[in-house]
Amino acid sequence: MITLEPVAAPDAPLARRNPVAKLAAALVFSFIMIATLDPVAPAIAVAAELAVLPLFGVRFRVLARRAWPLLLGAVGILVTLVLFAAERSGRVLVEAGPAVVTSGVLLTALGLVLRMFAVALPGVIVFATTDPTDLADALIQNAKAPARFAIGALAAFRLVPLLGQEWQMISLARRARGVDAGRNPLARLRLFVSTAFALLVGAIRRGTRLAVAMDARGFDADTPRTVARRQRFGAADVLLIAGAAAVAGAALTVSVLLGTFRPLIG
Amino acid sequence: MRGFGWRHAGRRAWAVRGVDLRVESGERVLLLGPSGAGKSTLLAALAGLLPEDSGEQEGTVEIDGLDPRKGRERVGIVFQDPESQLVMARSGDDVAFGLENRGVPAGEIWPRVDEALRRVGFPYHRDRPTAALSGGEQQRLALAGVLALRPGLLLLDEPTANLDPAGAALVRDAVAGAVDADTTLILVEHRVADALPLVDRVVVLEPGGGVRADGTPEAVFGAHGDALAAEGVWVPGRPVPPRRATAPAGDPLLAADRLGLPPRLAPTDLAVRAGEALAVLGPNGAGKSTLALLLGGLLRPGAGTVAASPALAGPDARTPPHRWRAPALARRIGSVFQDPEHQFVTGTVFDELALGPRRTGSPEPAVRATVDALLARLRLERLAGANPYTLSGGEARRLSVATALATAPRLLICDEPTFGQDRRTWLELVDLFAELREAGHGVVTVTHDPEFVAALADRTLTVSRP
Repeated sequence: MITLEPVAAPDAPLARRNPVAKLAAALVFSFIMIATLDPVAPAIAVAAELAVLPLFGVRFRVLARRAWPLLLGAVGILVTLVLFAAERSGRVLVEAGPAVVTSGVLLTALGLVLRMFAVALPGVIVFATTDPTDLADALIQNAKAPARFAIGALAAFRLVPLLGQEWQMISLARRARGVDAGRNPLARLRLFVSTAFALLVGAIRRGTRLAVAMDARGFDADTPRTVARRQRFGAADVLLIAGAAAVAGAALTVSVLLGTFRPLIG
Repeated sequence: MRGFGWRHAGRRAWAVRGVDLRVESGERVLLLGPSGAGKSTLLAALAGLLPEDSGEQEGTVEIDGLDPRKGRERVGIVFQDPESQLVMARSGDDVAFGLENRGVPAGEIWPRVDEALRRVGFPYHRDRPTAALSGGEQQRLALAGVLALRPGLLLLDEPTANLDPAGAALVRDAVAGAVDADTTLILVEHRVADALPLVDRVVVLEPGGGVRADGTPEAVFGAHGDALAAEGVWVPGRPVPPRRATAPAGDPLLAADRLGLPPRLAPTDLAVRAGEALAVLGPNGAGKSTLALLLGGLLRPGAGTVAASPALAGPDARTPPHRWRAPALARRIGSVFQDPEHQFVTGTVFDELALGPRRTGSPEPAVRATVDALLARLRLERLAGANPYTLSGGEARRLSVATALATAPRLLICDEPTFGQDRRTWLELVDLFAELREAGHGVVTVTHDPEFVAALADRTLTVSRP
């Protein structure tokens, strides 16, 4: 089940910050973290991310549930690299038949996993603590995004949970019509494609009706829009972005000082 | 409106043509006409929602002397489907959406939102998530979103067609309470008896073009009542004849024992026999649709059992229906879903009807005979080559019932088959179900429609909320 609702306590000090500021902070942080290939800087970054989590009002257990695809990815990276990496430097730790696990391989894999978390977690945290309506409002008011895009995306977003129910109904309706795939993988694929097509047709029709209803309420008018919910962008929001850049920068500096820094380019 | 006509781009026929109509400020008009007479197109034109490049126009439409495309802020429109006209996640934000678009100063927005919510009798705080509202409440909210803009002309395009009777009553009360003396109202609605308290004038469109009748409800229904009823309008004061079973029910077909699916359906016992029409009633949220899916062998029971009799399933009666392969299921139990479009699989009406028999292994000549018979029986011959997604509501409903019958199942399970149907399709469905019962089929219908139950059902089962 896809949930789009924020999971954080809404009055936590950092969760309350302007959504655009949170998004900018996450982007700045992630971009700086992409710059290095070593395991030290991401390790510091992940530690910092987990340390600020309480300030966002997110509990660790909730985050783990949100981020389970990441955990799955981490396990995948570890297994793949440990078994199939071409470069097998360092001390041999385990030798089981064809699988040879060396310290070099393990270090590379760990570095990759840490980087993935360091880059992805800020985004997960931002979306876990931000109401989509607030984000659209802030994008329009503080980032000067076009309302047609931001509100349109928001309205479309609201229809996403309906797609899950639609998928189930279409699948059941097909079974009722005598259509099933049994164990034949090709028939399964065909059924999947045709169900997806029916879902798409339904989604487009609903989207069109929604667009007409929005235009009927003046969404396409030339009148300049006013805003019912004001989003403020204050000094604290600037500080949040600066703080994110500073922490990421500090993590890189430590890595350079320790001599472990390996730039992505060069 | 003088000599107005509109043809959608790429269509040969005019959606509406030759309409001369003058509506004074403050009038409340019920717009009637058989399916396909162009009522919705007319409303869209009045709402300024037909862009000039999307079709061809004849004659003129003016609102207070202005092209409706330019005078859009004078007109508000509420559509049929609540799901696809709410924009925001919170109720108050949704009402504010139109005000923001029209550039209403921020300080005035929230007082006007609260006023509009009060006028429609919205029972919750404005932070209430729109997803947590019932269909009737969502339509009330949509009405509030339109009223907040203070339109001089309010257009309602079958606002209660997708709602159960309780939800429809909510919306009608809201309209009656919210429309003031200087709001002009134009309403499209099949269920005339429900609409009459809201209107003082009735206009009937002629499918070929023009206006057939125009006047007070008494005058219009006095002169044209019979013709309108025959064309499918629910003219008040014309009761439908009941169709009673002529023979006692036969062998049991399907039995449910403590059947449930927490948290959607509480444990339920029921038995369906051949030659019997059973109606399943109950409030919204009682799990009636879930029960239909369970009986149809489409969902695995969470508790209790569904057992088919040997009369229905032969040797397969030992396994529960949800374990049967789909072709075997379709030969024994036919399911008709609430939304016909969920069931369409192919690109033409003919293929749609042929799909079931082909999947269950009928030879091609037999398939052709079955399809032709069903096309004729359900007045769909003219549409054999049409795409199922382009059918009108009544046609789509008839097709979805026909597809379930194509594999000749002994048991038919329908979820709200008469929902939003015009009188003609409604009578045809009752006749068809009565015929099936006569021929020894079992018919189970989940329904909110008291007239349908009175006309057809031999027995009723009421489920309550779990």
